[in-house]
Amino acid sequence: MKRSSLLLFAAVLLSGMTLAGTAAAATLLNVSYDPTRELYRDVDTAFLAQWNASHPADKLAIRMSHGGSGKQARSVVDGLPADVVTLALAYDIDALADRGLLAEDWQKRLPDNSTPYTSTIVFLVRKGNPKGIRDWGDLIKPGVQVITPNPKTSGGARWNFLAAWGYARKLPGGTDDSAKAFVKALFQHVPVLDTGARGATNTFVQRGVGDVLLAWENEAFLAQKELGKGAFEIVAPSISILAEPPVAVVDKNAQKHGTQAVAEAYLQFLYTPAAQEIIARNFYRPRLASVEAKYSAQFPKLKLFTIDDTFGGWRAAQKRFFADGGVFDQIGPGS
Amino acid sequence: MSGLHATRPLSWRHRLLRGTLIALVMVFMAVLVLLPLAAVFIEALSKGVAAFMDVLAQPETVSSIKLTLLVAVLAVPLNLVFGVAAAWAMTRFEFRGKALLGAFIDLPFSVSPVVAGLVYVLLFGAQGWFGPWLSDHGVTIIFAVPGLVLATVFITLPFVARELISLMQAQGSEEEEAARTLGASGWQMFFRVTLPNIRWALLYGVLLCNARAMGEFGAVSVVSGHIRGLTTTMPLEVEMRYNEYDYMGAFAVASLLGLLALLTLVVKALLEWRYGDELAARATRGH
Repeated sequence: MKRSSLLLFAAVLLSGMTLAGTAAAATLLNVSYDPTRELYRDVDTAFLAQWNASHPADKLAIRMSHGGSGKQARSVVDGLPADVVTLALAYDIDALADRGLLAEDWQKRLPDNSTPYTSTIVFLVRKGNPKGIRDWGDLIKPGVQVITPNPKTSGGARWNFLAAWGYARKLPGGTDDSAKAFVKALFQHVPVLDTGARGATNTFVQRGVGDVLLAWENEAFLAQKELGKGAFEIVAPSISILAEPPVAVVDKNAQKHGTQAVAEAYLQFLYTPAAQEIIARNFYRPRLASVEAKYSAQFPKLKLFTIDDTFGGWRAAQKRFFADGGVFDQIGPGS
Repeated sequence: MSGLHATRPLSWRHRLLRGTLIALVMVFMAVLVLLPLAAVFIEALSKGVAAFMDVLAQPETVSSIKLTLLVAVLAVPLNLVFGVAAAWAMTRFEFRGKALLGAFIDLPFSVSPVVAGLVYVLLFGAQGWFGPWLSDHGVTIIFAVPGLVLATVFITLPFVARELISLMQAQGSEEEEAARTLGASGWQMFFRVTLPNIRWALLYGVLLCNARAMGEFGAVSVVSGHIRGLTTTMPLEVEMRYNEYDYMGAFAVASLLGLLALLTLVVKALLEWRYGDELAARATRGH
């Protein structure tokens, strides 16, 4: 055993050295979540062209990491050296702030809650919409099966849950109790509770289970694009939640890498007209009014409410709905 | 056997049983192995050969192939040396804790790969035992190549050692002792007597070790950090593309892994065909 551990150590040292040797050029690591690959491929190309033109001396390279939002945040806590994070929900970046990786008030540092693009929760239904699903109320009609992942394990599913709650709560005469009754009825129509958004999509798309998938609008577009326009239709409900996937510089890492300036420039670039165009083309809703107007045909009109106004922010929503013993536990399949 | 063939009806039944068993195994293999393998290649080519080649030429794919090869090139020799050393110790020496060592060599087979990966995060991650010290000294293990190699070495640790231990046990140490008596040095004995005796089993073990090293998903997924072009091996690239709705791209990369598996199979079959006797010696005498 002694011999092998010595060898292990030698190998670690060797590969550590080769890695240090190649890391000379300035690089920026953007730790993002699953479906942003094409978005950031375009954004990175545009940003690099601009940055490298004005900084010919030190060429920049951008690295991307993709995975489930919560898992990505966990990896950054465990030492994944992210200069910037672009995740699915503020709660995951709050977790980094709790560990002192960035300031507690990170979400106030960039415009629009540090979310340069938004999305919302829509319905993906089968071709021809055979169950006639138009709005949230149709989801709890007899015989309708709804596919959504488990909000305890999936960040995306928390948006779904809160969108459904908000719909019921904002109905005329809606109360907390009536909203609770609605989401309880809704989850009784869920035949399988997948652990993640991609698992749920596969259940619906590949395995053919269920009549409607609750999905992020941009992901519904992506799935439709990949699988052919004919197979599925996107239905926008009357009202839904404004999904805000935020971005932030991870101060502690950026300071260590000396990338603070470029990291900030990179995130600010997301708010420019050029980047907002890229954002709209990749099915996220742009923040800039002019770009939004240009792509208005692409995005259905619906009433949108925010997590801050309706639920008092992510920390409060997390505690009230998804913590152990919270609302989801009270109404969930186990109750 | 001759008893079975003594009477006609028994022989008929025997043949029926044989036919049924073979058919059952064939169907089982077709459904569980051939069908999925075919599906991988069909999906990979679903958008045509040009699109398939395009995926393979993308920098992410190329770097994932390179990284997979790099990890295997680092991990397999380590386990080759460790496997020979461990098999030697286990079969030629008596010492306290030998049974325990044997159990530890088998540990990676019984531990979930995800747990194996998490242990390294716990040890070397930023919140882990050695994380802060390593970080202060500028050493990166987790979410970098060293972490991938460590996890792969752990997962593939038993392959070479297991293959050799049973063979060397069966062969005994008489030939080696004879060599020493005739005046051979330790190294001479090893290279002229031991190595020729174990070479095919060693190659077989290395082959299996390599196949697993290139295909490992769970443990490397935990320690990789999924940085495109830097810490993403082929199995991880497959997962990431699948999660990004790039189904065809995922299957294209997966088909490369499939080809690798087929290649392993062919080399393994060649080995068994050419040197079957020496490998069989292990199976019959070893157990």
